Amino acid sequence: MTLIDRTNTNAKQTPHVLMALVENKPGVLTRVASLFRRRGFNIESLTVGHTDNPDISRMTIVVDANKTNATMVANNLIKLVNVIDVQEVTNEPTVSRDLALIKVRSNAQNLFEINQMVDIYKAKVVDICPESVIIEVTGPESKIESMVGMLEPYGILEMVRTGLVAMVRGSGYFSGPPPVEDNGNGNGAGMTIYEA
Amino acid sequence: MKRTGAQIVWESLQHEGIEVVFGYPGGAIMPVYDALLDYPQIHHVLVRHEENAALAAGGYARASGRVGVCVATSGPGATNLVTGLADAMLDSVPLVAITGQVSSHLVGSDAFQETDVTGVTLPVTKHNYLVKDVQELGLVMKEAMYIARSGRPGPVLVDICKDVQFASTDYDYNAIKVRLPGYQPRLRGADEQIRRAAAYVNDSKRPVILAGHGIIISGAHAELRQLVEKGNVPVSTTLLGIGCIPESHPLNLRMMGMHGEAWTNHAIQAADLLIALGMRFDDRVTGNLSSYAKNAHVIHVDIDPAEINKNVLTDIGIVGDVKAVLTQLLPLVEHRNRDAWFAQIAEWQAEAKRRDILEKQDDILHVPFVLNEIHHQTQAEREAVTVVTDVGQHQMWTAQYFRQERKNGFLTSGGLGAMGFGIPTAIGASFARPNDEVWVIVGDGGFQMSMPELATIMQEQRPIKIAVMRNGYLGMVRQWQELIHNHRYSEVNITSPDLLKLASAYGMMAMRAQTKAEAAEVIAEARSHAGPVLLDFVVEQEANVYPMVAPGKALNEMLRRPVDERIASGL
Repeated sequence: MTLIDRTNTNAKQTPHVLMALVENKPGVLTRVASLFRRRGFNIESLTVGHTDNPDISRMTIVVDANKTNATMVANNLIKLVNVIDVQEVTNEPTVSRDLALIKVRSNAQNLFEINQMVDIYKAKVVDICPESVIIEVTGPESKIESMVGMLEPYGILEMVRTGLVAMVRGSGYFSGPPPVEDNGNGNGAGMTIYEA
Repeated sequence: MKRTGAQIVWESLQHEGIEVVFGYPGGAIMPVYDALLDYPQIHHVLVRHEENAALAAGGYARASGRVGVCVATSGPGATNLVTGLADAMLDSVPLVAITGQVSSHLVGSDAFQETDVTGVTLPVTKHNYLVKDVQELGLVMKEAMYIARSGRPGPVLVDICKDVQFASTDYDYNAIKVRLPGYQPRLRGADEQIRRAAAYVNDSKRPVILAGHGIIISGAHAELRQLVEKGNVPVSTTLLGIGCIPESHPLNLRMMGMHGEAWTNHAIQAADLLIALGMRFDDRVTGNLSSYAKNAHVIHVDIDPAEINKNVLTDIGIVGDVKAVLTQLLPLVEHRNRDAWFAQIAEWQAEAKRRDILEKQDDILHVPFVLNEIHHQTQAEREAVTVVTDVGQHQMWTAQYFRQERKNGFLTSGGLGAMGFGIPTAIGASFARPNDEVWVIVGDGGFQMSMPELATIMQEQRPIKIAVMRNGYLGMVRQWQELIHNHRYSEVNITSPDLLKLASAYGMMAMRAQTKAEAAEVIAEARSHAGPVLLDFVVEQEANVYPMVAPGKALNEMLRRPVDERIASGL
């Protein structure tokens, strides 16, 4: 049994991805954000939206693993009463997508060039006016970053991104633990009343 | 049955077996106080400041294991609770705080005495609720009590709009079902982890068990003792773990950490295995993490998954209730001969004995002497003695010198270290244990923070014995200034009023002691008096708590009390 080197700081790591199912109740996003702030967790992106169940929302959280331990984030998230389940999917085969809207300076001379680039990236021009176009691009983060790099020479006027959403490939699905009937009467879990 | 929101509050508490609440009325909670008159089975204790309502409720919870309940109004009433909530949060104390809020249509308008209390208390509660609809209130009350006491216990705040307190709805407590899909604390440890842990224990040559508050919370005293005796493994306790195994037990190495016993800290640093049970590797326990127990494997059992690997990386992390996990582990643990290890520890213990302040042959009234005297005089009734401390030097000396044989006889503010904790906590404890002799040890600083509660003690006639260790200093801060800030004393001189006159103004019996002989006399006298007593001990001004691990130092790099030459030479 070799000893763990507890002083070792992490080697350079890629971002870690967490998925969380949360109750769709007021204040849940505040609870999550407050947790990240008070524990000093470094988050690259957090997206939240409805699921097929109106009572449940789903979050995708990207953690900067060089500054923050993703397992600690998951273990703290699951403690929140309104967080139903958390799964770390960094090492799972996932489909992950980010969507960006990019407003680029354009003119009659370079519009053809920009359009070609849009085709190559399987992006879309969703608005056009004499001085600029808005491009919509979807894909993994690396693809969006690559496209942003190519568009920069034209002059990016404005950009907005949704942040990453992710889903694990295959027939398994992430739906949280089975619903509970009534766990409020001390059965299932509870504090032992210690002797005085 | 139709019930108003205010009635639902009290009936929910009654269903949960609550008999005592601590609180302070005000505008936004008035309907609840009006309804209280119709529930004479619930005794309400009127404190003199809301902070003390939360701390007293915490004291009740710490002493009884049941949920403590405090009540306050909106705005200033609620914000005053924050210290007590933070204390309960860090020390895993089951607490429910009920606060009034402005009427639901006024929420967000900066109405009179409006504060965003759920926002303010978010980081210091396990969970909280803002109730704007009376139909939710019954469920919220039931959930709040359940969340507070289950899993890793903690404080839950329920903020109730004033119109909700007036409004009526159908209410049937027993029909309410709590469905918390995201809250299902894990009790049993994973079998594979348990097997691995047992192998580590059986293979270890120099193991130490680190036992924390979790043992007391989960009631795992017997299982811990079996592990210690069956496995022949020494045990050290955290501050809040004191009492989880009798301090006279030969394998109990007593408290670890910043002011822990020297032999314990040495043993931890030299260990080849740490078995951490229901404790959280606070920085006061580990000292400098990069030099902490460098040769040890670590097994960590905690019901809170977020504690595993938080401060100290573990070889085996087991998430579960410590009683359940120990029950799984015990059959797999085997007895091992560890004579060499115990001989080494005995050597450290002998060395420390020569530095013990109790061995000093002087006439100065040291705090440890007072504590030792209270301890000795109460030994015969020790199963009915509760000791509460405030925060500071006297707290550490109580931990060191008031040897606990009782399972949960020592109540103190561990994680938050909140001055002013002692007296209100003692009030709560004396309601939880009405037949106990409750002693509160407090410094002259903390005493003056919670002094108004003397009136509560008299109004409620709680027979609490208050022992003020008056050295005219904020002692622990002074000690740090002496040892770490080069003797530069900044704002640590503190005067007190004449405590005998003060007590007499409250109608409380009081006595003063300046010598060892007087100390013994007034303690005996206080014990023979049935009511509350204030004892004013005029103690050595500039004594230091030893050992001390200065911040940033390794656990074995302790500042020690100088060896007493006379004891060392056998005189």
